[in-house]
Amino acid sequence: MSTQTMTEEMAAENAVEVAIPTAEEESRPEPIRKIAIICSKGTLDMAYPGLILANAARMTGIEATLFFTFWGLDIVTEKTIDKLHVPTVGNPSMHIPTMLGGLPGMESIASIMMKKEMDHLDIPPVRELIEILSDSGAEIYGCRMAMDMFKRTQEDLVPQVDEVISAMDFYDKAAGAQILFI
Amino acid sequence: MASREYQGQTVEVDAEGFLEDSSQWTRDIARGIAEEVGIGELNEKHWQVIEFCRKDAEAKGDAPGLRRISKLSGVNMKELYKLFPKGPGKLAARVSGLKKPHSCI
Repeated sequence: MSTQTMTEEMAAENAVEVAIPTAEEESRPEPIRKIAIICSKGTLDMAYPGLILANAARMTGIEATLFFTFWGLDIVTEKTIDKLHVPTVGNPSMHIPTMLGGLPGMESIASIMMKKEMDHLDIPPVRELIEILSDSGAEIYGCRMAMDMFKRTQEDLVPQVDEVISAMDFYDKAAGAQILFI
Repeated sequence: MASREYQGQTVEVDAEGFLEDSSQWTRDIARGIAEEVGIGELNEKHWQVIEFCRKDAEAKGDAPGLRRISKLSGVNMKELYKLFPKGPGKLAARVSGLKKPHSCI
């Protein structure tokens, strides 16, 4: 038996023992294990994407952390959570002239229409979605600086908010997560 | 199409392990999948969810979303996450022998 054949045989044996991953296994990307979403806008159309993405993450076993800052605080503020609006001015996706969008009552009409459509698709109102997220184990935080700026205290927020934290604290909480800014 | 063996029964599954044909499902297969995905032994509450999911899918033609399960099965959202900690949205359907649900709520 030549030395070369022996080496080849030994290599073949090793391959079996070590179980070298196949090309397919090697090219498979690492799954997402944790997501941190910064919600910075308080309109209805900007509230839903963050909440639904966080909920979908929890449903599939991905950890989720939500950080509500600036206008995003309205999503978790007791007085505003049920009154989020769809903006009709400066929103090209409304497909109506800006002048019309500015008429009194237009925002209410657009908001009612969107809420109706959401209900039809069985998408829960924002308050229920926040409750679902809390029950799912998602972490919910308010931004300290935005709270000070809007002169709100934790009592002004819905009870599902775990804590009011600084942006630096948020990065600690988001350790190992992919971060989304909305 | 891949096939897997659960408690001596061979079934066809898709790339994510969902049963291709829900009529092949048996309680033993549910136990096998539960073990495979790390749920462990199925308790009474698990069976309550599984039975609801199968009945609902039969009526609606699609595996129910999580909110629907929590509202109609008698098992609430918090409990669902305890029963299927690695993602109740997918796992409830998978153990029930159904396709992956389309709903993200």
